Amino acid sequence: MLENMTKDEKILVIDDEQVILDAVSRIVTAEEIKVDVETNAKNALKMLSQKKYSIVLCDILMPEMDGFTVLEEIQNRKMNIPVIMITGYSTVENAVNSLYKGAIDFISKPFTFEELKSAINRGLEYSRVQKRLEEAKSQKNGGALTFVPCPPKYYRLGNLSWINIESEGIAILGATSLFLETIKELKNIELKNIDESIVQGDSCANFITRDELVHHFLSPIGGRIIERNENLSNEITLLEKDPYFKGWIYKIIPADLEHDLKFLVSCASDRL
Amino acid sequence: MKIRQELTKISLKLIIAVGIATIAIISIYSFVSIQAQRNELLSQTEIYANKLSETIRNSTNLSMLENRSDQTHRIINTIAQEPGLREIRIFNKEGRIMFSSQKEFIGNMVDKKAEACYACHTANEPLEKLPMEERMRIYQTPQDSSRILGIINPIYNEQSCWEAECHVHPKEQKVLGVLDVKISLKDVDAQISSSASRSIAFAVIAIALLSLIIGIFVRRWVEKPVNELVTATEQVGTGNLNYMIKNLGSDELGLLAKSFNNMTQKLAEARIQLFQSDKMASLGRLAAGVAHEINNPLTAVLTYSSFLLKRIKDNPQLEEDLNVIVRETKRSREIVKSLLDFARQSVPKKNKSDINEIINSAISVVDNQLTLKQVKLEKNLDENLPPIKIDSNQMQQVFINLLVNASDAVNNREGKISITSKIVNLSAYGTLQIKSAVCSKRHSLVDEEEKIDSMPTIKLKVTSNGDVGYLNIDPIYGKNRDNYKIKIKNTANVQVSCPKCNISLLEKDVYCPKCKSLIYSFEVPPKGMFEKCINPKCDWQRWESVDEAGYRDFIEVKVSDNGCGISKENISKIFEPFYTTKGQKGTGLGLAVIWGIIDNHDGTINVASELNTGTTFTILLPADNNNA
Repeated sequence: MLENMTKDEKILVIDDEQVILDAVSRIVTAEEIKVDVETNAKNALKMLSQKKYSIVLCDILMPEMDGFTVLEEIQNRKMNIPVIMITGYSTVENAVNSLYKGAIDFISKPFTFEELKSAINRGLEYSRVQKRLEEAKSQKNGGALTFVPCPPKYYRLGNLSWINIESEGIAILGATSLFLETIKELKNIELKNIDESIVQGDSCANFITRDELVHHFLSPIGGRIIERNENLSNEITLLEKDPYFKGWIYKIIPADLEHDLKFLVSCASDRL
Repeated sequence: MKIRQELTKISLKLIIAVGIATIAIISIYSFVSIQAQRNELLSQTEIYANKLSETIRNSTNLSMLENRSDQTHRIINTIAQEPGLREIRIFNKEGRIMFSSQKEFIGNMVDKKAEACYACHTANEPLEKLPMEERMRIYQTPQDSSRILGIINPIYNEQSCWEAECHVHPKEQKVLGVLDVKISLKDVDAQISSSASRSIAFAVIAIALLSLIIGIFVRRWVEKPVNELVTATEQVGTGNLNYMIKNLGSDELGLLAKSFNNMTQKLAEARIQLFQSDKMASLGRLAAGVAHEINNPLTAVLTYSSFLLKRIKDNPQLEEDLNVIVRETKRSREIVKSLLDFARQSVPKKNKSDINEIINSAISVVDNQLTLKQVKLEKNLDENLPPIKIDSNQMQQVFINLLVNASDAVNNREGKISITSKIVNLSAYGTLQIKSAVCSKRHSLVDEEEKIDSMPTIKLKVTSNGDVGYLNIDPIYGKNRDNYKIKIKNTANVQVSCPKCNISLLEKDVYCPKCKSLIYSFEVPPKGMFEKCINPKCDWQRWESVDEAGYRDFIEVKVSDNGCGISKENISKIFEPFYTTKGQKGTGLGLAVIWGIIDNHDGTINVASELNTGTTFTILLPADNNNA
């Protein structure tokens, strides 16, 4: 069961293949979440303007209108709905592009029940954070802010991960406060080994929660790991306490920083 | 037709040429030698005739003085027994034949126009002295087949003659008569003709033999290797690149065969390479399609099975079975993913490399093709280029593609391609491209639809005096080829905004330092803010982070050809995917891929072309990207 389920939470799944829609709705209904499905992206956009959804799951490669267009349209209309992209063409470029264009997460087909569940879980959590944020804004009391934006010098991949370029061509990366906020009750994390290579947009760590869900952590840049934060294994709460400094995850030597930076958002622009 | 073919053969031409030369040389030689022999034989006969004539005169002298004509007759007749002597006769001054070895002519008058008298009596007054060579005559009488050599010997008056007892000749007479000896040239002529025919026979045999020898060797040394080369070329022409020419020795044709073999081998290698990259490209497309299609059914399998697995906790057997399904579906997922990773090569793997080395290895790949087309390649590489961080495989692909395009564009033989590399120091102003642009709400402002110089422009929404229109900004910093689709009437009262979210891009309380108009700005991640004046007539713009960097070093690589060129209408399309002039032969992806690669290296590629004059591609790569 998903915790903190509220009755009015509903998700919309868009995919041109009926079997995917069936599979997703089967799982989601089993988790007692309401779901609408749609094979046509244009109809889905209509539905979005009529009803309120907590999150949208959207395929990328579809006839007539592709997932990126849906994503753009949702942002143009200022719907403020978190979008999770799904694709069978699961390249890191697609992942990175999705996140750069404003999706909150990316799952590649084929996915397991657990992977889907953890992504939806995070998506719902994200929409709750957003809701709280809006409420806080309207009430004008800043105390309700539950996550910390990343420091202006940093760059971020979607709202998931950040990097900070240090001197001598070394970059530090970690998870954003918002990402950690969407993962409730973190139990431990599985890290890659030193000297392993990581690719931008590919999973570089697994965040395991108490309910045994595994959340993939997508790397903001590609490169070679030269150091990892061993403190995290002893003190996992470091992540949430100080996500941007003491809670760093890897130190890496970037492979092609300039290329990767094209898909990252400068945290300085968040403050505009 | 067949004869014509035979006639055009190089071996036959050679044989004919050599044959004619031999015939000419041997003919001249034979002719000269026959002439010489003939003259030699004649002069010998002449000497003999002369001596004989003198002998007759001397031996008859006494009988003449004693006026004993019967003795004279006897002497003449005796001498006339000699074989080859036709006639000996003596006639007096009036031309009457006084003595003759043939009795029937005695007493006859000789016609002064006849050949014996001709030498002295051509002039009206008869000559009294006659040089030796003019006393000789060779003639042929109609009734006789062989030629006759006649020699006259004038008998002059001497003291003993007019003092002789007979008193026949007075003292005043100078010439008393003429001794005429006729010798048949039958033997000499036979000798001459036999030697001539021997010479001719020798010449004919020599010519025939020489032609035969030349023919054999030409066939062996020229025709056979040339035929072998022609067969090989035809084989290669039809696509059989495995055809090898057998060892043809070490002469020029043998060397040609060797380099031909070498060339086909390299060509085969290059074809394999090209085939490989083509295969990779199609495999990539296939993988993308397969991945997408297969991943959907796999998703259903994986989600349902993993979902079932979650719910069955009390049935170990079923759990085990389901585990197999989940595990194997996950394995399929990995296979598809690795297929996709393999097909995807767009992210450059950069290493410090020497660009000249890459150019040279690209040249070695296309060199055979250029040699085949007889296209001249001029290479002008600056030896002192600094190493830069690039993906050498991708860069090589760029140069190979450009060289192949150039060689396709030029004519055979007159074709010339040049490739140069050098370091240039340029201001970012006028060269650097704005590749990304976002409004403060992170909407991309890049307009892929409208391009300037094949580069996407930056599209902004402009409101002026209530009219709404768009402005497409030149992506090259400093070039100002902006496309205003709206008339701006008052530069102090306009709105510039993001076409997607309408957020204003105008800067507050800041005005253009040049013309005091409003200034708009947007972010160019990750290179900071870009600012520009709204006034179409003003060229003020600022890109602070780039300006601070100042002049930068670029490595410039130019590939030019003198080929057919690209028309003005098409030049804007050449970097578009699927645009091709090569019909079925091209995919239309070459230049699009090149553009992508150069773009991924933060470089620029430009093309300048004129129809029927040539095309030049200029690539600029930042030379100071070592720290990136």
